[in-house]
Amino acid sequence: MAFFDRTLKFFATGASLAWSTSAFAGDGQPSPWQMGFQKANSPIMEQISLFHDYLTIIIILITLFVLGLLVYVMVRFNERRNPQPSRTTHNTALEIAWTVIPILILVAIAIPSFRLLFAQYDFPKADLTITATGHQWYWSYEYPDQGIHFDAIMVQEADLKEGQPRLLTADHEVVVPVNKNVIVQVKATDVIHDWAVPSFGIKIDAVPGRLQKTWFRAERTGMFYGQCSELCGRNHAFMPIAIRVVTDEEFAEWLAKTKPAAALDSAGKVAAAQN
Amino acid sequence: MAKSAAHVEAAHHDDHYPSFVRRWLFSTNHKDIGTLYLILAMIGGIIGGLLSMAMRMELMQPGMQIFGNPEMFNVFVTAHGLIMVFFMVMPATMGGFGNWMVPLMIGAPDMAFPRLNNISFWFVAAAFLLLVISLFVPGPPGTNGVAGGWTMYAPLSSSGTPGPAVDFAIFALHLAGASSILGAINFITTIFNMRAPGMTLHKMPLFVWAVLVTAFLLLLSLPVLAGAITMLLTDRNFGTAFFDSARGGDPLLWQHLFWFFGHPEVYILIVPGFGIVSQIVATFSKKPIFGYLGMAYAMVAIGVIGFVVWAHHMYAAGISVNTQAYFVFATMVIAVPTGVKIFSWIATMWGGSLSFKAPMLWALGFIFLFTIGGVTGVVLSNAGVDRSFHDTYYVVAHFHYVLSLGAVFSIFGAWYYWSPKMTGYMYSEPLGKLHFWLMFIGANLAFFPQHFLGLAGMPRRYADYPDAFAGWNMVSSIGSYIAFAGFIVFLIGIFVQFARKVRAPANPWGVGATTLEWTLPSPPPFHTWETLPRVK
Repeated sequence: MAFFDRTLKFFATGASLAWSTSAFAGDGQPSPWQMGFQKANSPIMEQISLFHDYLTIIIILITLFVLGLLVYVMVRFNERRNPQPSRTTHNTALEIAWTVIPILILVAIAIPSFRLLFAQYDFPKADLTITATGHQWYWSYEYPDQGIHFDAIMVQEADLKEGQPRLLTADHEVVVPVNKNVIVQVKATDVIHDWAVPSFGIKIDAVPGRLQKTWFRAERTGMFYGQCSELCGRNHAFMPIAIRVVTDEEFAEWLAKTKPAAALDSAGKVAAAQN
Repeated sequence: MAKSAAHVEAAHHDDHYPSFVRRWLFSTNHKDIGTLYLILAMIGGIIGGLLSMAMRMELMQPGMQIFGNPEMFNVFVTAHGLIMVFFMVMPATMGGFGNWMVPLMIGAPDMAFPRLNNISFWFVAAAFLLLVISLFVPGPPGTNGVAGGWTMYAPLSSSGTPGPAVDFAIFALHLAGASSILGAINFITTIFNMRAPGMTLHKMPLFVWAVLVTAFLLLLSLPVLAGAITMLLTDRNFGTAFFDSARGGDPLLWQHLFWFFGHPEVYILIVPGFGIVSQIVATFSKKPIFGYLGMAYAMVAIGVIGFVVWAHHMYAAGISVNTQAYFVFATMVIAVPTGVKIFSWIATMWGGSLSFKAPMLWALGFIFLFTIGGVTGVVLSNAGVDRSFHDTYYVVAHFHYVLSLGAVFSIFGAWYYWSPKMTGYMYSEPLGKLHFWLMFIGANLAFFPQHFLGLAGMPRRYADYPDAFAGWNMVSSIGSYIAFAGFIVFLIGIFVQFARKVRAPANPWGVGATTLEWTLPSPPPFHTWETLPRVK
């Protein structure tokens, strides 16, 4: 499989260079006129991006092939150039070829496809577990092992600070340490929502009555955004996901600062009120 | 309907028309019922198109400019989908061209159940009315209409939409579904039992094969939709809990039931188009279709496999990785018979003598653009990469390529191909070509950039979007206006066709038009094939 990876990377580097640098692919958020994926910030997203580059090359070749045949046929066999049509309606070799070759192409697609799919479900041991709960129309988060709980509501345009993207900024960010395996449990209280972060390559429906999970490992610090991805009513477009990836030290500071203010248990809440 | 000269010259007993009410309200004539369906489809296309124009106007720039209430945008999204699927494409291809042409092509005097045919039409008309009514009654809190998308996922469509709008939509779908089931029974019986002597199944035109396959898809998938929407109705009104997890139900049950219907539905939308393209390509290449049996059985294969791939719409819903893996495999299999069809159309044209009248332009456009839509479908079939594309504009781009640039192209192609036969008047070739080019340029401009939006992460069913998505959204909106201008040209063309009254011969298309309808006058008499043709 290492051979496959190297070959993929060889073909895909050119494609992804063309794609991603052509329109300054955003880091953690989209950028104007973007034509490719946002820059990957997880090993899974890197794998998705490579596989997609591979797929794109294949489908462009197929489309150009069909287009080429169509143009040739229109030019060579129009009624002025070919007034006498043939009566050919069979060619066994051709019919076998255009059945078998697509099957081979599909097999060549299926092998890395299944690798990618099973990699997405190969959950590592968690360094951190968080729970994301979808509500109409905001997300709430828990850090069950740290005793933290808070809501994340979209910041209205009038309240945005300098540099904060419209419709993506939430009043509380999900803070996670860099290069750590984070397992996200996703659920919902009312209707189906969907927790998605494009640059991490994750997307999972939040279904009332079910506890689903996904995972990521962020490889760079910074702000990374996603948006609810299942129609959930009036403000479906207005319940963003904002993740701040920080160093281990910053994460420890954030935990210490947040715990008393956003405590999960009643003892914690009483302690905060007394301060 | 104006009486044509053909009617005057064929003034024998085949040709007495009933009174207006008898003819148009109580019809038992497949041609008239086909005409009624085409008129309904045109109205559906106008309303569905206006809804999409409003949405593209809103999405042209970031921010909310036109819709005060984002829920209203969701109502437009839902209505646009339901109307285009159930009240434009299906009535046009099966109700319209199916009813008109299948009996003519197989040498049958009418459908097997002519009066059942009539109730099928009036059910669709009533269903359309109920859906329009749903737009004006309360749905979600504070808004009128159904706002859950054409997919109507529970619990948004059950507890999430307290008002009666969803119940009206459910009754609309009950009627439309019943209409199609009865129509399917009619087509299957007609095609199996009423072919003229000498027309074996393996001699009938590929459009008839397409209608036969589609009829089976309708027959087997619509009852599941009927069950699902009835369960939704009882969840909403009679205390059941099929989709309510708090009381032992599961929202994913709705998705499985809906998509078990929903995936065959998309083949129902496209397979008649495959048949239409085969007829047009053979006619305008002056050559029989290459690999007839392969083409017929490719459609059968697509139909059969189409029943076991439904959960590729549910990769992000929470189904297990092994389940996803199976559906990836099954979905990719469909690409093989589809590829056979694309290559067979090209092989038909190879060595042919091509003329590029309007119908052929639409067919050529279909072949190229359906290929684009098909390959993005292959991309989406891979669950690993669908993780990124699910519920983004990449999906919207994919299905609009196969629908607006596939099914719709086949419908316009069929119109230009068969309207001289149906109306007795030739269309204006320059207007037909102008319509094609406006639609081709407009729809490509509208939908190609949506692939980029999906890649960049723009979710679908969004009334407003982060500012970075503004550029391609502007391009897409401008494209949609150009396509709509093409639609206006289409309507003008119909007016001109009836105003100029240029007589159409029995066969305007020459030696390539070899099916039975081209041996009849244009328009055909009220009753045709009262003496059965003999087919060699």
